[in-house]
Amino acid sequence: MKLSLNPNAPDRRLLDESRRTRAMTWIMAIMVFLTVLAGALGLGMFAATAQLDRQLAGRLTIQIVEPDAAVRDSQVKALRTALPRVAGVTRVAEVDRERLAELLKPWLGDTGLDPDLPMPAMIDVETRGGNGAVVEQTARAIAPGARIDRHAQWLSPVRGFMTTMSWLAVGLMLLIASATAAVVLLAARSGLDTHRDTIDVLHMLGSTDVQIARLFQRRIAFDTLLGGLLGTVAALGLVWFLQSRMALVGSEMLSGVALQQRDWFLLLLVPLGFALLATFAARRTVLRALGRTL
Amino acid sequence: MASIVQFENVGLRYGSGDETLSDISFSLNTGAFYFLTGPSGAGKTSLLKLLYLAQRATRGTVRIFGEDAGALPRTRLPGFRRRIGVVFQDFRLVPHLSAYDNIALPLRVAGVSESDIEAPVREMLAWVGLTDRGRAKPPTLSGGEQQRIAIARAVIGRPELLVADEPTGNVDPDMAERLLHLFDSLNRLGTTVVVATHDFHLLNRIPNAHMMRLEKGRLNDPTGALRNPPRGAA
Ligand SMILES: Nc1ncnc2c1ncn2[C@@H]1O[C@H](COP(=O)(O)OP(=O)(O)OP(=O)(O)O)[C@@H](O)[C@H]1O
Ligand SMILES: [Mg+2]
Repeated sequence: MKLSLNPNAPDRRLLDESRRTRAMTWIMAIMVFLTVLAGALGLGMFAATAQLDRQLAGRLTIQIVEPDAAVRDSQVKALRTALPRVAGVTRVAEVDRERLAELLKPWLGDTGLDPDLPMPAMIDVETRGGNGAVVEQTARAIAPGARIDRHAQWLSPVRGFMTTMSWLAVGLMLLIASATAAVVLLAARSGLDTHRDTIDVLHMLGSTDVQIARLFQRRIAFDTLLGGLLGTVAALGLVWFLQSRMALVGSEMLSGVALQQRDWFLLLLVPLGFALLATFAARRTVLRALGRTL
Repeated sequence: MASIVQFENVGLRYGSGDETLSDISFSLNTGAFYFLTGPSGAGKTSLLKLLYLAQRATRGTVRIFGEDAGALPRTRLPGFRRRIGVVFQDFRLVPHLSAYDNIALPLRVAGVSESDIEAPVREMLAWVGLTDRGRAKPPTLSGGEQQRIAIARAVIGRPELLVADEPTGNVDPDMAERLLHLFDSLNRLGTTVVVATHDFHLLNRIPNAHMMRLEKGRLNDPTGALRNPPRGAA
Protein backbone atom coordinates (compact mmCIF):
# COMPACT_ATOMS: atom_id res chain seq x y z
CA MET A 1 0.00 0.00 0.00
CA LYS A 2 2.32 2.68 -1.22
CA LEU A 3 1.34 6.23 -1.97
CA SER A 4 0.54 6.69 -5.58
CA LEU A 5 -0.78 9.54 -7.69
CA ASN A 6 -2.62 7.18 -9.98
CA PRO A 7 -6.35 7.59 -9.26
CA ASN A 8 -6.91 3.96 -10.20
CA ALA A 9 -4.23 2.63 -7.89
CA PRO A 10 -5.61 -0.39 -6.03
CA ASP A 11 -5.20 1.14 -2.59
CA ARG A 12 -7.30 4.10 -3.71
CA ARG A 13 -10.26 1.80 -3.91
CA LEU A 14 -9.85 0.21 -0.50
CA LEU A 15 -12.36 2.58 1.06
CA ASP A 16 -15.72 2.60 -0.62
CA GLU A 17 -15.71 5.65 -2.89
CA SER A 18 -19.47 5.54 -3.33
CA ARG A 19 -19.89 6.48 0.31
CA ARG A 20 -17.88 9.60 -0.15
CA THR A 21 -19.56 13.00 0.11
CA ARG A 22 -18.65 16.36 -1.29
CA ALA A 23 -19.49 18.03 2.03
CA MET A 24 -15.87 18.05 3.16
CA THR A 25 -14.73 19.81 0.00
CA TRP A 26 -17.31 22.56 0.47
CA ILE A 27 -16.54 23.04 4.12
CA MET A 28 -12.87 23.33 3.29
CA ALA A 29 -13.64 25.77 0.47
CA ILE A 30 -15.48 28.02 2.92
CA MET A 31 -12.83 27.71 5.62
CA VAL A 32 -10.02 28.53 3.26
CA PHE A 33 -12.03 31.35 1.67
CA LEU A 34 -12.44 32.99 5.08
CA THR A 35 -8.83 32.37 6.02
CA VAL A 36 -7.49 33.88 2.83
CA LEU A 37 -9.68 36.94 3.35
CA ALA A 38 -8.45 37.30 6.92
CA GLY A 39 -4.92 36.76 5.68
CA ALA A 40 -5.33 39.44 3.03
CA LEU A 41 -6.63 41.83 5.67
CA GLY A 42 -3.70 41.05 7.94
CA LEU A 43 -1.09 41.36 5.22
CA GLY A 44 -2.69 44.57 3.95
CA MET A 45 -2.61 46.05 7.41
CA PHE A 46 0.97 44.99 7.99
CA ALA A 47 1.93 46.56 4.69
CA ALA A 48 0.07 49.77 5.48
CA THR A 49 1.64 49.98 8.93
CA ALA A 50 5.04 49.47 7.41
CA GLN A 51 4.43 52.19 4.85
CA LEU A 52 3.22 54.54 7.55
CA ASP A 53 6.34 53.86 9.55
CA ARG A 54 8.53 54.35 6.54
CA GLN A 55 6.92 57.61 5.58
CA LEU A 56 6.26 59.20 8.91
CA ALA A 57 8.25 57.60 11.64
CA GLY A 58 11.43 59.35 10.59
CA ARG A 59 9.84 62.73 10.05
CA LEU A 60 9.79 65.57 12.47
CA THR A 61 9.15 69.25 12.31
CA ILE A 62 11.09 71.75 14.37
CA GLN A 63 9.22 74.96 15.12
CA ILE A 64 11.19 77.92 16.35
CA VAL A 65 8.89 80.33 18.05
CA GLU A 66 11.20 83.19 18.75
CA PRO A 67 10.01 86.81 18.89
CA ASP A 68 13.41 88.17 17.97
CA ALA A 69 13.71 87.63 14.24
CA ALA A 70 17.51 87.90 14.32
CA VAL A 71 17.87 85.20 16.97
CA ARG A 72 15.35 83.08 15.11
CA ASP A 73 17.21 83.38 11.84
CA SER A 74 20.55 82.58 13.41
CA GLN A 75 19.08 79.53 15.11
CA VAL A 76 17.59 78.39 11.81
CA LYS A 77 20.93 78.83 10.15
CA ALA A 78 22.75 76.91 12.87
CA LEU A 79 20.21 74.12 12.67
CA ARG A 80 20.48 73.89 8.92
CA THR A 81 24.20 73.37 9.17
CA ALA A 82 24.19 71.10 12.21
CA LEU A 83 21.27 68.78 11.45
CA PRO A 84 22.40 67.33 8.13
CA ARG A 85 25.54 66.10 9.92
CA VAL A 86 23.53 63.98 12.30
CA ALA A 87 23.73 60.34 11.27
CA GLY A 88 20.61 59.07 9.53
CA VAL A 89 19.27 62.47 8.55
CA THR A 90 18.34 62.43 4.88
CA ARG A 91 16.73 65.81 4.40
CA VAL A 92 16.59 69.13 6.21
CA ALA A 93 14.43 71.83 4.70
CA GLU A 94 13.00 75.02 5.99
CA VAL A 95 9.35 75.42 5.17
CA ASP A 96 9.09 78.37 2.83
CA ARG A 97 8.14 81.52 4.77
CA GLU A 98 5.64 82.65 2.19
CA ARG A 99 4.05 79.28 1.98
CA LEU A 100 3.73 79.34 5.75
CA ALA A 101 2.03 82.74 5.61
CA GLU A 102 -0.27 81.35 3.00
CA LEU A 103 -1.17 78.49 5.27
CA LEU A 104 -1.86 80.83 8.15
CA LYS A 105 -3.93 83.30 6.17
CA PRO A 106 -7.28 81.72 6.84
CA TRP A 107 -6.67 82.19 10.57
CA LEU A 108 -4.80 85.46 10.68
CA GLY A 109 -6.26 87.25 7.74
CA ASP A 110 -4.13 89.67 5.78
CA THR A 111 -2.28 90.75 8.93
CA GLY A 112 -0.48 87.48 8.73
CA LEU A 113 1.59 89.08 6.10
CA ASP A 114 2.59 91.88 8.43
CA PRO A 115 6.37 91.58 8.63
CA ASP A 116 6.31 92.83 12.23
CA LEU A 117 4.30 89.91 13.41
CA PRO A 118 6.66 87.26 14.73
CA MET A 119 6.43 84.29 12.45
CA PRO A 120 7.71 80.94 13.63
CA ALA A 121 10.23 79.24 11.46
CA MET A 122 9.62 75.58 10.61
CA ILE A 123 12.19 73.04 9.60
CA ASP A 124 11.19 69.66 8.23
CA VAL A 125 13.63 66.88 8.99
CA GLU A 126 13.55 63.38 7.56
CA THR A 127 15.63 60.66 9.10
CA ARG A 128 16.22 57.05 8.33
CA GLY A 129 16.56 54.42 11.00
CA GLY A 130 14.56 56.33 13.60
CA ASN A 131 17.32 58.66 14.73
CA GLY A 132 14.75 61.18 15.89
CA ALA A 133 16.07 61.34 19.43
CA VAL A 134 19.53 62.51 18.34
CA VAL A 135 17.97 65.08 16.04
CA GLU A 136 15.86 66.32 18.91
CA GLN A 137 18.89 66.62 21.21
CA THR A 138 20.88 68.49 18.60
CA ALA A 139 18.01 70.82 17.93
CA ARG A 140 17.45 71.57 21.60
CA ALA A 141 21.11 72.34 22.10
CA ILE A 142 20.93 74.99 19.42
CA ALA A 143 17.41 76.29 19.99
CA PRO A 144 16.27 75.55 23.56
CA GLY A 145 12.82 77.02 22.91
CA ALA A 146 12.05 74.96 19.83
CA ARG A 147 8.92 72.87 19.65
CA ILE A 148 9.59 69.54 18.14
CA ASP A 149 6.80 67.55 16.52
CA ARG A 150 7.35 63.96 15.75
CA HIS A 151 4.88 62.97 13.07
CA ALA A 152 4.78 59.41 14.34
CA GLN A 153 3.29 60.75 17.55
CA TRP A 154 0.11 62.16 16.15
CA LEU A 155 -0.31 59.14 13.90
CA SER A 156 0.07 56.69 16.73
CA PRO A 157 -3.70 56.12 17.19
CA VAL A 158 -4.01 55.25 13.50
CA ARG A 159 -1.02 53.01 13.74
CA GLY A 160 -2.46 51.38 16.84
CA PHE A 161 -5.72 50.71 15.07
CA MET A 162 -3.97 49.13 12.14
CA THR A 163 -1.87 46.94 14.43
CA THR A 164 -5.04 45.82 16.19
CA MET A 165 -6.57 44.91 12.85
CA SER A 166 -3.49 42.90 11.93
CA TRP A 167 -3.67 40.91 15.12
CA LEU A 168 -7.38 40.45 14.70
CA ALA A 169 -6.69 38.93 11.30
CA VAL A 170 -4.09 36.60 12.79
CA GLY A 171 -6.56 35.62 15.51
CA LEU A 172 -9.27 34.90 12.95
CA MET A 173 -6.91 32.71 10.95
CA LEU A 174 -6.00 30.70 14.04
CA LEU A 175 -9.66 30.31 14.99
CA ILE A 176 -10.62 29.08 11.55
CA ALA A 177 -7.65 26.72 11.49
CA SER A 178 -8.66 25.17 14.79
CA ALA A 179 -12.28 24.87 13.64
CA THR A 180 -10.97 23.13 10.55
CA ALA A 181 -8.97 20.68 12.65
CA ALA A 182 -12.13 19.96 14.64
CA VAL A 183 -14.13 19.37 11.46
CA VAL A 184 -11.45 16.99 10.21
CA LEU A 185 -11.56 15.15 13.52
CA LEU A 186 -15.31 14.64 13.23
CA ALA A 187 -15.05 13.67 9.58
CA ALA A 188 -12.32 11.14 10.32
CA ARG A 189 -14.32 9.63 13.17
CA SER A 190 -17.44 9.28 11.09
CA GLY A 191 -15.28 7.87 8.29
CA LEU A 192 -13.96 5.25 10.69
CA ASP A 193 -17.53 4.31 11.53
CA THR A 194 -18.63 4.19 7.91
CA HIS A 195 -15.74 1.97 6.92
CA ARG A 196 -15.52 -0.08 10.11
CA ASP A 197 -16.04 -3.44 8.36
CA THR A 198 -13.39 -2.79 5.76
CA ILE A 199 -10.98 -1.60 8.43
CA ASP A 200 -11.60 -4.71 10.51
CA VAL A 201 -10.81 -6.90 7.53
CA LEU A 202 -7.67 -4.91 6.73
CA HIS A 203 -6.55 -5.26 10.33
CA MET A 204 -7.12 -9.00 10.28
CA LEU A 205 -5.07 -9.27 7.11
CA GLY A 206 -2.20 -7.53 8.85
CA SER A 207 -2.61 -3.87 7.93
CA THR A 208 -0.81 -1.53 10.26
CA ASP A 209 -2.60 1.44 11.77
CA VAL A 210 -0.37 3.73 9.76
CA GLN A 211 -1.45 2.05 6.52
CA ILE A 212 -5.09 2.54 7.43
CA ALA A 213 -4.56 6.10 8.60
CA ARG A 214 -2.92 6.82 5.27
CA LEU A 215 -6.10 5.88 3.42
CA PHE A 216 -8.02 8.50 5.38
CA GLN A 217 -5.25 11.06 5.32
CA ARG A 218 -5.02 10.98 1.59
CA ARG A 219 -8.75 11.40 1.07
CA ILE A 220 -9.00 14.27 3.47
CA ALA A 221 -5.89 15.91 2.05
CA PHE A 222 -7.36 15.64 -1.42
CA ASP A 223 -10.73 17.09 -0.37
CA THR A 224 -9.02 19.89 1.49
CA LEU A 225 -6.74 20.73 -1.37
CA LEU A 226 -9.58 20.79 -3.86
CA GLY A 227 -11.88 22.82 -1.60
CA GLY A 228 -8.95 24.98 -0.55
CA LEU A 229 -8.09 25.89 -4.12
CA LEU A 230 -11.72 26.81 -4.82
CA GLY A 231 -11.82 28.95 -1.69
CA THR A 232 -8.49 30.57 -2.47
CA VAL A 233 -9.45 31.47 -6.02
CA ALA A 234 -12.73 32.99 -4.81
CA ALA A 235 -11.09 34.93 -2.00
CA LEU A 236 -8.21 36.23 -4.11
CA GLY A 237 -10.71 37.29 -6.76
CA LEU A 238 -12.61 39.25 -4.16
CA VAL A 239 -9.44 40.83 -2.78
CA TRP A 240 -8.33 41.78 -6.25
CA PHE A 241 -11.71 43.37 -6.93
CA LEU A 242 -11.63 45.35 -3.67
CA GLN A 243 -8.12 46.45 -4.37
CA SER A 244 -9.01 47.77 -7.79
CA ARG A 245 -11.90 49.69 -6.22
CA MET A 246 -9.54 51.08 -3.62
CA ALA A 247 -7.14 52.27 -6.29
CA LEU A 248 -10.00 54.36 -7.68
CA VAL A 249 -10.35 56.16 -4.35
CA GLY A 250 -6.76 57.24 -4.80
CA SER A 251 -5.97 57.75 -1.14
CA GLU A 252 -2.32 57.51 -0.25
CA MET A 253 -3.12 55.73 2.99
CA LEU A 254 -5.31 53.14 1.26
CA SER A 255 -2.72 52.49 -1.40
CA GLY A 256 -0.45 51.26 1.36
CA VAL A 257 -2.96 48.48 1.99
CA ALA A 258 -2.37 47.07 -1.49
CA LEU A 259 -0.94 43.54 -1.52
CA GLN A 260 2.52 42.98 -2.90
CA GLN A 261 3.54 40.05 -5.05
CA ARG A 262 5.00 38.35 -2.00
CA ASP A 263 1.65 38.69 -0.19
CA TRP A 264 -0.25 37.00 -3.03
CA PHE A 265 2.25 34.19 -2.87
CA LEU A 266 1.81 33.84 0.88
CA LEU A 267 -1.96 33.66 0.46
CA LEU A 268 -1.52 30.88 -2.07
CA LEU A 269 0.19 28.90 0.68
CA VAL A 270 -3.01 28.92 2.77
CA PRO A 271 -4.68 25.97 0.99
CA LEU A 272 -1.44 24.01 1.20
CA GLY A 273 -1.18 24.79 4.88
CA PHE A 274 -4.75 23.67 5.41
CA ALA A 275 -4.15 20.45 3.50
CA LEU A 276 -1.19 19.73 5.76
CA LEU A 277 -3.19 20.60 8.85
CA ALA A 278 -6.08 18.38 7.74
CA THR A 279 -3.74 15.50 6.91
CA PHE A 280 -2.12 15.72 10.29
CA ALA A 281 -5.44 15.99 12.14
CA ALA A 282 -6.86 13.00 10.24
CA ARG A 283 -3.77 10.93 10.93
CA ARG A 284 -3.84 11.68 14.63
CA THR A 285 -7.55 10.99 14.93
CA VAL A 286 -7.38 7.68 13.10
CA LEU A 287 -4.28 6.47 14.92
CA ARG A 288 -5.80 7.34 18.27
CA ALA A 289 -9.10 5.62 17.48
CA LEU A 290 -7.38 2.52 16.14
CA GLY A 291 -5.07 2.42 19.13
CA ARG A 292 -8.09 1.61 21.28
CA THR A 293 -8.99 -1.49 19.24
CA LEU A 294 -7.20 -4.85 19.28
CA MET B 1 8.66 -31.57 16.51
CA ALA B 2 8.26 -27.90 17.30
CA SER B 3 4.85 -26.54 18.13
CA ILE B 4 3.52 -23.46 16.43
CA VAL B 5 0.71 -22.79 18.92
CA GLN B 6 0.35 -23.55 22.60
CA PHE B 7 -2.68 -22.92 24.81
CA GLU B 8 -2.31 -23.26 28.57
CA ASN B 9 -5.43 -23.19 30.73
CA VAL B 10 -6.97 -20.63 28.46
CA GLY B 11 -10.31 -19.12 29.36
CA LEU B 12 -12.40 -16.67 27.36
CA ARG B 13 -15.31 -14.68 28.64
CA TYR B 14 -17.35 -12.23 26.57
CA GLY B 15 -18.58 -9.44 28.80
CA SER B 16 -19.69 -10.65 32.20
CA GLY B 17 -21.44 -13.96 31.41
CA ASP B 18 -20.14 -17.48 31.92
CA GLU B 19 -16.89 -18.43 30.29
CA THR B 20 -17.34 -19.31 26.62
CA LEU B 21 -14.09 -21.25 26.70
CA SER B 22 -12.66 -22.86 29.83
CA ASP B 23 -9.42 -24.58 30.69
CA ILE B 24 -8.29 -25.06 27.13
CA SER B 25 -4.84 -26.59 26.87
CA PHE B 26 -3.30 -27.98 23.71
CA SER B 27 -0.44 -27.48 21.37
CA LEU B 28 -0.33 -27.62 17.59
CA ASN B 29 2.59 -29.19 15.78
CA THR B 30 4.20 -27.17 13.06
CA GLY B 31 3.15 -28.51 9.69
CA ALA B 32 0.30 -30.67 10.97
CA PHE B 33 -3.38 -30.70 9.92
CA TYR B 34 -6.14 -30.28 12.54
CA PHE B 35 -9.89 -30.57 12.44
CA LEU B 36 -11.86 -28.78 15.11
CA THR B 37 -15.36 -30.16 15.58
CA GLY B 38 -18.14 -29.71 18.05
CA PRO B 39 -21.79 -28.74 18.22
CA SER B 40 -22.99 -25.32 17.25
CA GLY B 41 -22.27 -22.84 20.01
CA ALA B 42 -19.51 -24.98 21.52
CA GLY B 43 -17.01 -22.17 21.01
CA LYS B 44 -15.17 -23.19 17.84
CA THR B 45 -15.20 -19.72 16.32
CA SER B 46 -14.19 -18.25 19.66
CA LEU B 47 -11.20 -20.57 19.88
CA LEU B 48 -10.17 -19.76 16.33
CA LYS B 49 -10.39 -16.02 17.10
CA LEU B 50 -7.80 -16.52 19.80
CA LEU B 51 -5.68 -18.29 17.20
CA TYR B 52 -5.84 -15.55 14.62
CA LEU B 53 -5.35 -12.80 17.18
CA ALA B 54 -8.78 -11.22 16.87
CA GLN B 55 -9.41 -11.78 20.55
CA ARG B 56 -7.28 -11.90 23.66
CA ALA B 57 -7.76 -14.65 26.23
CA THR B 58 -9.23 -13.53 29.53
CA ARG B 59 -6.99 -15.98 31.35
CA GLY B 60 -4.28 -18.49 30.65
CA THR B 61 -1.54 -18.19 28.07
CA VAL B 62 -1.75 -18.32 24.31
CA ARG B 63 1.60 -18.73 22.63
CA ILE B 64 1.79 -18.27 18.86
CA PHE B 65 5.00 -18.56 16.85
CA GLY B 66 6.73 -18.97 20.19
CA GLU B 67 5.52 -15.68 21.67
CA ASP B 68 2.96 -14.86 24.31
CA ALA B 69 0.08 -13.44 22.30
CA GLY B 70 -1.35 -11.72 25.35
CA ALA B 71 1.81 -9.73 25.84
CA LEU B 72 2.28 -8.70 22.22
CA PRO B 73 2.25 -4.95 21.80
CA ARG B 74 -0.21 -3.60 19.23
CA THR B 75 2.55 -2.64 16.86
CA ARG B 76 3.65 -6.26 16.49
CA LEU B 77 0.19 -7.65 15.73
CA PRO B 78 0.23 -6.85 11.99
CA GLY B 79 3.45 -8.77 11.51
CA PHE B 80 1.94 -11.80 13.24
CA ARG B 81 -1.34 -11.56 11.38
CA ARG B 82 0.44 -11.55 8.03
CA ARG B 83 1.78 -15.00 8.89
CA ILE B 84 -1.75 -16.31 9.52
CA GLY B 85 -4.35 -16.94 6.83
CA VAL B 86 -7.98 -16.83 7.94
CA VAL B 87 -11.18 -18.04 6.32
CA PHE B 88 -13.91 -16.34 8.36
CA GLN B 89 -17.16 -18.14 9.00
CA ASP B 90 -18.96 -15.09 7.58
CA PHE B 91 -16.35 -14.63 4.80
CA ARG B 92 -15.76 -10.93 5.51
CA LEU B 93 -15.12 -10.02 1.91
CA VAL B 94 -14.89 -6.32 1.19
CA PRO B 95 -18.15 -5.73 -0.69
CA HIS B 96 -17.08 -2.84 -2.89
CA LEU B 97 -13.91 -4.60 -4.08
CA SER B 98 -13.95 -7.08 -6.95
CA ALA B 99 -13.24 -10.75 -6.30
CA TYR B 100 -9.81 -10.16 -7.81
CA ASP B 101 -9.05 -7.25 -5.48
CA ASN B 102 -10.33 -9.16 -2.47
CA ILE B 103 -7.96 -12.01 -3.20
CA ALA B 104 -5.10 -9.58 -3.82
CA LEU B 105 -5.66 -7.80 -0.52
CA PRO B 106 -3.18 -9.71 1.68
CA LEU B 107 -0.43 -9.22 -0.89
CA ARG B 108 -1.15 -5.52 -1.21
CA VAL B 109 -1.23 -5.10 2.55
CA ALA B 110 2.15 -6.79 2.69
CA GLY B 111 3.47 -4.31 0.12
CA VAL B 112 3.96 -6.77 -2.75
CA SER B 113 4.42 -4.86 -6.00
CA GLU B 114 1.55 -4.87 -8.50
CA SER B 115 3.56 -6.77 -11.10
CA ASP B 116 4.00 -9.66 -8.66
CA ILE B 117 0.32 -9.77 -7.73
CA GLU B 118 -1.47 -10.66 -10.93
CA ALA B 119 -0.06 -14.15 -11.52
CA PRO B 120 -0.79 -15.54 -8.04
CA VAL B 121 -4.26 -13.99 -7.98
CA ARG B 122 -5.10 -15.56 -11.36
CA GLU B 123 -3.74 -18.86 -10.13
CA MET B 124 -5.90 -18.70 -7.01
CA LEU B 125 -9.00 -17.77 -9.03
CA ALA B 126 -8.38 -20.82 -11.19
CA TRP B 127 -7.87 -23.01 -8.12
CA VAL B 128 -11.23 -22.13 -6.69
CA GLY B 129 -12.89 -22.38 -10.12
CA LEU B 130 -13.78 -18.71 -10.49
CA THR B 131 -11.46 -17.61 -13.30
CA ASP B 132 -14.25 -15.78 -15.10
CA ARG B 133 -15.65 -14.12 -11.96
CA GLY B 134 -12.61 -11.99 -11.10
CA ARG B 135 -14.38 -8.72 -11.78
CA ALA B 136 -17.54 -9.59 -9.87
CA LYS B 137 -18.32 -7.83 -6.61
CA PRO B 138 -19.04 -10.16 -3.67
CA PRO B 139 -22.71 -9.19 -3.29
CA THR B 140 -23.30 -10.49 -6.81
CA LEU B 141 -21.72 -13.85 -6.03
CA SER B 142 -23.46 -16.88 -4.57
CA GLY B 143 -22.68 -17.94 -1.01
CA GLY B 144 -20.47 -20.74 -2.24
CA GLU B 145 -18.63 -18.48 -4.65
CA GLN B 146 -18.02 -15.94 -1.88
CA GLN B 147 -16.68 -18.70 0.31
CA ARG B 148 -14.23 -19.75 -2.37
CA ILE B 149 -13.03 -16.17 -2.76
CA ALA B 150 -12.56 -16.02 1.00
CA ILE B 151 -10.48 -19.19 0.87
CA ALA B 152 -8.39 -17.90 -2.01
CA ARG B 153 -7.70 -14.73 -0.02
CA ALA B 154 -6.68 -16.74 3.03
CA VAL B 155 -4.15 -18.93 1.25
CA ILE B 156 -2.66 -16.56 -1.32
CA GLY B 157 0.00 -15.27 1.04
CA ARG B 158 1.25 -18.83 1.77
CA PRO B 159 0.66 -18.36 5.48
CA GLU B 160 2.52 -20.36 8.11
CA LEU B 161 -0.76 -20.99 9.88
CA LEU B 162 -4.10 -21.36 8.11
CA VAL B 163 -7.25 -21.06 10.17
CA ALA B 164 -10.52 -21.92 8.40
CA ASP B 165 -13.90 -21.58 10.09
CA GLU B 166 -16.50 -23.80 8.35
CA PRO B 167 -14.82 -23.28 4.98
CA THR B 168 -17.09 -25.74 3.19
CA GLY B 169 -20.41 -24.86 4.73
CA ASN B 170 -21.86 -23.35 1.56
CA VAL B 171 -20.49 -25.53 -1.21
CA ASP B 172 -21.53 -28.83 -2.76
CA PRO B 173 -19.64 -32.02 -1.76
CA ASP B 174 -17.48 -32.00 -4.88
CA MET B 175 -16.35 -28.46 -4.32
CA ALA B 176 -15.85 -29.18 -0.62
CA GLU B 177 -13.50 -31.96 -1.52
CA ARG B 178 -11.67 -29.78 -4.00
CA LEU B 179 -11.19 -27.05 -1.40
CA LEU B 180 -10.00 -29.54 1.14
CA HIS B 181 -7.51 -30.73 -1.42
CA LEU B 182 -6.28 -27.12 -1.68
CA PHE B 183 -5.74 -27.03 2.08
CA ASP B 184 -3.98 -30.37 1.89
CA SER B 185 -1.62 -29.10 -0.82
CA LEU B 186 -0.83 -26.06 1.26
CA ASN B 187 -0.27 -28.30 4.26
CA ARG B 188 2.20 -30.39 2.28
CA LEU B 189 4.10 -27.20 1.53
CA GLY B 190 4.53 -26.70 5.27
CA THR B 191 1.50 -24.68 6.40
CA THR B 192 -0.10 -25.73 9.66
CA VAL B 193 -3.84 -26.01 9.00
CA VAL B 194 -6.73 -25.78 11.44
CA VAL B 195 -10.20 -26.37 9.99
CA ALA B 196 -13.36 -26.03 12.06
CA THR B 197 -16.15 -28.05 10.51
CA HIS B 198 -19.43 -29.81 11.07
CA ASP B 199 -18.93 -31.92 8.00
CA PHE B 200 -18.02 -35.44 9.10
CA HIS B 201 -17.46 -36.58 5.53
CA LEU B 202 -14.45 -34.33 5.31
CA LEU B 203 -12.77 -35.75 8.38
CA ASN B 204 -11.73 -38.98 6.66
CA ARG B 205 -10.32 -37.21 3.63
CA ILE B 206 -7.12 -36.20 5.33
CA PRO B 207 -5.69 -39.40 6.73
CA ASN B 208 -3.09 -37.83 8.98
CA ALA B 209 -5.33 -35.14 10.40
CA HIS B 210 -5.67 -34.68 14.15
CA MET B 211 -9.08 -34.25 15.70
CA MET B 212 -9.97 -31.65 18.30
CA ARG B 213 -13.45 -31.69 19.75
CA LEU B 214 -15.01 -28.84 21.67
CA GLU B 215 -18.06 -29.29 23.87
CA LYS B 216 -19.59 -26.48 25.83
CA GLY B 217 -16.39 -24.54 25.76
CA ARG B 218 -14.15 -27.37 26.90
CA LEU B 219 -11.71 -29.35 24.87
CA ASN B 220 -12.49 -33.06 24.78
CA ASP B 221 -9.05 -34.59 25.09
CA PRO B 222 -9.43 -37.76 27.15
CA THR B 223 -6.05 -39.19 26.21
CA GLY B 224 -4.20 -35.94 26.61
CA ALA B 225 -2.78 -36.39 23.12
CA LEU B 226 -3.58 -32.81 22.16
CA ARG B 227 -2.00 -31.47 25.24
CA ASN B 228 1.20 -33.46 24.90
CA PRO B 229 1.28 -34.53 21.30
CA PRO B 230 3.22 -37.74 20.68
CA ARG B 231 6.57 -36.95 19.16
CA GLY B 232 6.88 -37.60 15.48
CA ALA B 233 3.15 -37.42 14.90
CA ALA B 234 1.73 -35.94 11.69
N1 LIG C 1 -18.80 -11.43 20.41
C1 LIG C 1 -19.51 -12.19 21.28
N2 LIG C 1 -20.08 -11.62 22.35
C2 LIG C 1 -20.77 -12.36 23.21
N3 LIG C 1 -20.96 -13.67 23.12
C3 LIG C 1 -20.43 -14.32 22.05
C4 LIG C 1 -19.67 -13.60 21.08
N4 LIG C 1 -19.25 -14.47 20.15
C5 LIG C 1 -19.72 -15.67 20.52
N5 LIG C 1 -20.42 -15.58 21.67
C6 LIG C 1 -21.04 -16.71 22.38
O1 LIG C 1 -20.06 -17.68 22.59
C7 LIG C 1 -20.60 -18.99 22.40
C8 LIG C 1 -19.75 -19.74 21.40
O2 LIG C 1 -19.86 -19.11 20.15
P1 LIG C 1 -19.00 -19.58 18.89
O3 LIG C 1 -19.34 -18.68 17.78
O4 LIG C 1 -17.60 -19.65 19.32
O5 LIG C 1 -19.58 -21.04 18.63
P2 LIG C 1 -19.29 -22.03 17.42
O6 LIG C 1 -18.82 -23.29 18.00
O7 LIG C 1 -18.41 -21.38 16.43
O8 LIG C 1 -20.74 -22.22 16.81
P3 LIG C 1 -21.14 -22.50 15.28
O9 LIG C 1 -20.83 -23.92 15.00
O10 LIG C 1 -22.61 -22.26 15.27
O11 LIG C 1 -20.39 -21.54 14.43
C9 LIG C 1 -22.02 -18.79 21.94
O12 LIG C 1 -22.86 -19.05 23.04
C10 LIG C 1 -22.12 -17.36 21.55
O13 LIG C 1 -23.37 -16.83 21.87
MG1 LIG D 1 -18.62 -20.69 14.56
